[in-house]
Amino acid sequence: MYVASTRRTKGSPTDGGIRPSRVPTTVVLLGTVSLLTDISSEMVTAFLPIYVIFNLQMSYLQLGLLDGIYTGATAVLRLVGGHISDKVHRHKAVAVAGYGLSAATKLIFPAVGASSVGLGGVLAVDRAGKGLRTAPRDALISLVTPKDKLGESFGVHRTMDTIGALLGPLATFALLTWLTTRPGPIFMISFCFAALGVIVLVFFVRQPRLERVPGKVVTLRATADLLRNKGMRRTTIAAGLLGLATISDAFVFVLLQQVSGVSPTWLALMPVGTALTFLLAATPLGKLADRAGRWRIFFAGHVALLGVYLLLLGPFTGIALVIVTVALHGLFYAATDGVLMAHGATLVPEHLRASGLSIVQTGQALARFASSVAVGLLLQNLAFGTSVLISISAMTIALVGVFLLIRPEVSR
Amino acid sequence: MKDWFVRNRIVVGVTAMVVVIALAVVYVVATVRDQQAAATQPGAAVASGLTFVDNGGGQNLVSTLDASGKRTPGSLKCLRVYTAAGTTVCLRMSLPGAYEAAVFVDGKEVRSVPLPGTPSRARVSASGKIVSWTVFVTGDSYLAPGGFSTRTGILDLRSGELVESLESFAMTIEGVPDKRVNENYWGVTVAEDDNAFYATLGSGNTTWLIKGDLKARTMATVRQSAECPSLSPDQTRVAYKKRGGRLGTWQLYVLDLASGKETEMPGSDGVDDQAAWLNNTTLAYAKVQQGGAPTIFESAADGSGQPRELVAAASSPGPVA
Repeated sequence: MYVASTRRTKGSPTDGGIRPSRVPTTVVLLGTVSLLTDISSEMVTAFLPIYVIFNLQMSYLQLGLLDGIYTGATAVLRLVGGHISDKVHRHKAVAVAGYGLSAATKLIFPAVGASSVGLGGVLAVDRAGKGLRTAPRDALISLVTPKDKLGESFGVHRTMDTIGALLGPLATFALLTWLTTRPGPIFMISFCFAALGVIVLVFFVRQPRLERVPGKVVTLRATADLLRNKGMRRTTIAAGLLGLATISDAFVFVLLQQVSGVSPTWLALMPVGTALTFLLAATPLGKLADRAGRWRIFFAGHVALLGVYLLLLGPFTGIALVIVTVALHGLFYAATDGVLMAHGATLVPEHLRASGLSIVQTGQALARFASSVAVGLLLQNLAFGTSVLISISAMTIALVGVFLLIRPEVSR
Repeated sequence: MKDWFVRNRIVVGVTAMVVVIALAVVYVVATVRDQQAAATQPGAAVASGLTFVDNGGGQNLVSTLDASGKRTPGSLKCLRVYTAAGTTVCLRMSLPGAYEAAVFVDGKEVRSVPLPGTPSRARVSASGKIVSWTVFVTGDSYLAPGGFSTRTGILDLRSGELVESLESFAMTIEGVPDKRVNENYWGVTVAEDDNAFYATLGSGNTTWLIKGDLKARTMATVRQSAECPSLSPDQTRVAYKKRGGRLGTWQLYVLDLASGKETEMPGSDGVDDQAAWLNNTTLAYAKVQQGGAPTIFESAADGSGQPRELVAAASSPGPVA
């Protein structure tokens, strides 16, 4: 170890400054945890349709419905995870519980077999784990990062996370094609990736020391009082408002395939394109956000999303439309996902960090869930073109509302 | 002391990781070895032979059973397969998350069609000229985020014409021309004339058995509550699954088209498969036994007697062509 690395700077309590341009080691380690966990969960996501239809011979329609409901319901668990980790001063322990819960479900899948209630239950536990771990993990990232590098840290984390999400389906494909289509090995390997993630978290990630300061108590009341902070309140409302105008990825891709007139095979490649752009752009845009203003980049990301919706009206068609739209869609994620957390982290005091971030996340997740149900109803009753026009109007209204709501004092 | 702890912690962590990886490798190697043995287990004797996808032996090899019960593993890997008159349709993975329908005529691949979702049903008409399939598509079902709906494709090998979705056909529901947008079609079976076909229409909470005309591109409902039809070789009966068994699970029925008489197939409770006619008197279908892999059964088409197990850990049954 270098002598310099043992002297701690005020901004980064756990990491030394060997090279000032690097993000804290804890962030890279948490990125590794997310990468491994995402390989695990995306392996299962990629395998589930085949498992349900071919191994269990069940109806997938039912399961899709359950999954949607659980995702919406467990978004609220983020609040619980956030509050507990602030309360006990141990973000890492709560995150371990969340990651561990999801890892354990991979072993339960084969045991529940062909029961839609059982499978739905396992999926619910998996989502519950995700709900629990997200806020303490993001709080950890923000607590070990100096304020002027928050965007970059979250960018690096989201890049690593997305690399895992891309590797998962590849692992499943390789297993199914070259070794076996039996469910056992797929769930077992998925469990092992998740277990490796938990091991990295338990043994290599260190909980930053947080002093208990008298007067700075973590209570439900103090958490609720966060919303009396103007910046926090406006950020939550803005994220919710924009979330309400956000239509889900699946709709975007199905609409894009129809509008562009490309072969349905492209449907499988569109999410990959979005993820690739996201992983390439997340870190640079995070860095840019640190300099240009995080809120500005978050807002610009939603303008890019408005661009995506406008392109769905089909000003041109073919593969060119698919490439431009998918790239813009990936940029939207890169400019918003980690950047919102980086922005949120600057508004919440350290002792309430996880609670504060979980409020913003839950607001956004619930709004997006409500929006996908609403868009579903629209598409069921109206033509595609009309639904897209309504989405464009909703996004325009949300952008104008948010622009007026956010004053310069919270723009950084 | 603290330095020692830090170093020790890393050693423990690395050791734990090595153990986890070793366990995974051992488990996978054991499974792959075990499945190689499973691939050659004999099945029951089937009078007219059976083609199926081997789920137990791994890799989904298309295998056959002959009249003596001898099992021959093939080389083709499919998720769903069906063969008739020398034409085989094989629904399989082409890329991670992407699927295709590969069509083989006399063992040679003649066409491959990219599919918009996860395969669920595959059929070839008796003449081998018309190939059809159904897939589940994500994002198409609007009410549930991540929900699925179905798309059915039909390929005419004579003209090369491909119908990517039955939604483009004119539909008449109980005599009324239909204007709905949210419709699902699945499970096609094409008649001997290579023009008439039966399929399922699902809209809202109702399913219908529908009869269609490929040339005229029209379809009309025949009766309610019938899914995944399969037309008998003599063209007089349709086998399909219907909800209503114990706990609302599916059960197989055979409908006599002339008399409208519906016969229940005993012991088929919980089936979720398009039945296949092995000949005019025998139906084959796959069904998952509690907690297990799918198993292929055969059943007398007149509803007499209980089903007989043909092959364990197998799916996608069809006659040997």
